[in-house]
Amino acid sequence: MAAAGPLLDSFWQSLLTLVFFYAFMGLTWNLMMSAGLLSLGHGLFLGLGAYATAVFTATGGLSPWISILIGAAISAVAGSAIAWIGGRFSVRGVQFALLTIAFAELARVLFDNWDFVGSTGGFFLKAINPDTNRPLLTLRGGTLFFYLAFVLITAGAYFLIRALMASRWGYRWRGINEDEDAARALGVPALRSKVLVVAISAGLAGVGGGLFGFLQGSLFPDSIMGLRISIEVLIAPIIGGVGSLFGPIVGAFFVVPLMEGSNVLGQRMGFYGLNTMIYGAVILGVIAFLPDGIWPRIVRFVAARRS
Amino acid sequence: MTALYLNVISGGILIGVVYALIALGLTIIFGVMRVVNFAHGEMVVIGMYIGYGLWSAFKLPPWMLAPVAAALLFALGYALQLGIVNAFIDRPQHAQFVLFISFALMITGLHLALFGPDSWPIQMVESMQSYTIGPVRLDVLRSQAALMALLLIIGLMLFLRFSTLGRSIRAAADNLIGAQVIGIRVRKVYAVTAGIGMACAGAAGALIAPIFDTQPFLATDFTLIAFIIVIVGGLGSLTGALLGGVLIGLSEALAALMISPALKTTFSYALLVLVLLLRPNGLFGEPER
Repeated sequence: MAAAGPLLDSFWQSLLTLVFFYAFMGLTWNLMMSAGLLSLGHGLFLGLGAYATAVFTATGGLSPWISILIGAAISAVAGSAIAWIGGRFSVRGVQFALLTIAFAELARVLFDNWDFVGSTGGFFLKAINPDTNRPLLTLRGGTLFFYLAFVLITAGAYFLIRALMASRWGYRWRGINEDEDAARALGVPALRSKVLVVAISAGLAGVGGGLFGFLQGSLFPDSIMGLRISIEVLIAPIIGGVGSLFGPIVGAFFVVPLMEGSNVLGQRMGFYGLNTMIYGAVILGVIAFLPDGIWPRIVRFVAARRS
Repeated sequence: MTALYLNVISGGILIGVVYALIALGLTIIFGVMRVVNFAHGEMVVIGMYIGYGLWSAFKLPPWMLAPVAAALLFALGYALQLGIVNAFIDRPQHAQFVLFISFALMITGLHLALFGPDSWPIQMVESMQSYTIGPVRLDVLRSQAALMALLLIIGLMLFLRFSTLGRSIRAAADNLIGAQVIGIRVRKVYAVTAGIGMACAGAAGALIAPIFDTQPFLATDFTLIAFIIVIVGGLGSLTGALLGGVLIGLSEALAALMISPALKTTFSYALLVLVLLLRPNGLFGEPER
């Protein structure tokens, strides 16, 4: 797939960049779901990573490689704190999901009013000079660079999460998801397991956010931390198939072209709001008729054909 | 100084009563069906457009239009529940979440298509008027909205307590299987409940149309406010929604005065986090069964 990169023109590269961004974010979101933790505030981790990476690079003058690691660390710490608070005070189920929204919105309001990071006016990165720019030093480049970067981190996240799920921790997370009290009774350190899974998920989301911030070139709390991106990030994995490793990637290949396609259609027809209506209606159709998501259905279909 | 604080506090309480009506709708749906309506704010905005439309057509004061908005939203909630949501009652949380997000997207899209992204302010003589009681000045529109919201809340409470249908709703919330055993038609009760929940949102929307300028993207703000209130009060608790609404209205008003209007929601979120830590089920919530 990645090898096809140079063959695609920049339109497809940009579209696939977005696809892999959502696939990557969906993988990190799905990781938390493996322990039964529904995150409705993933924008917080994405946004913290994006802001930290951009600010440490642009204002702090650090290498973007180091900045992106700092961003991931900050997101991971924020994630651990939320997981610890949720676990320690036994905030479960819907309440935990709403706790993640609460922290994300709290952070958004604070960033909206924090002048050091540009508040609502946004934080802007200086444009790069394409002739002298060296993408591997600045982590910024043209469409091809970002396309390859997102393909790489998606592949990396996929294999990392696959390894994690096969490890001791993976089984602990699944145990907690099935029945937390039973898992605890069997000796699973529930609190530590939850903190770990959210820390990894948030840290990875921070990396995705850092790169996404570089791709955008400008950061606004509302669009990179707000409720809308938190929701956008989780639609792909749910549509693709929660709990399956490949689901988030398949979901992103479905959802992103749908989103972009309905935007283009709405603009062409000059019909305001048409894009959101189409998007909502298609998602409703998928969730109503494919309860487990697209990927598990494909797997079952192929298995049925074979036998 | 005291007068300023008194005015801000009373203004916060008045808007808080309307917030309580919004939250009541959310909590009643959750209490009975264990479903979180993530499109609640969109329902409020539908109510706002209905309020605006009726006001511009008939020049009636918006507080009189709340029952009309309530009736229309009741029909919408009833139809959505019977048509779609009932099939999702036993589905996992994330599937229900996406279902309501798809509703929210379609409603916002429809609003944008019909009314555009600009805000539609209601301008009337009362906008500038206030009642003076001793040192306190009460905004006329807010007072009317709060009074009407209070009447609707009392009416709903009486309905739930004394009518047969209201008793069936409480029975279904209390013990689902028991309710089915004694012959309560749960699907119909669910539809009525969804209708009532969304009617609360719609009525509140019509009431605040003259206070907040109507605009499609307000929906998220109302959804979030309603969430904060029901979690602070306790998901599924009616008393919690009422007191939580007033509390959040008050905390927004005080934060706007003491810090800055842009940070008015910070107190609410801080309060929310505090409540989740000290009483995870909310101030009036009961532990999950």
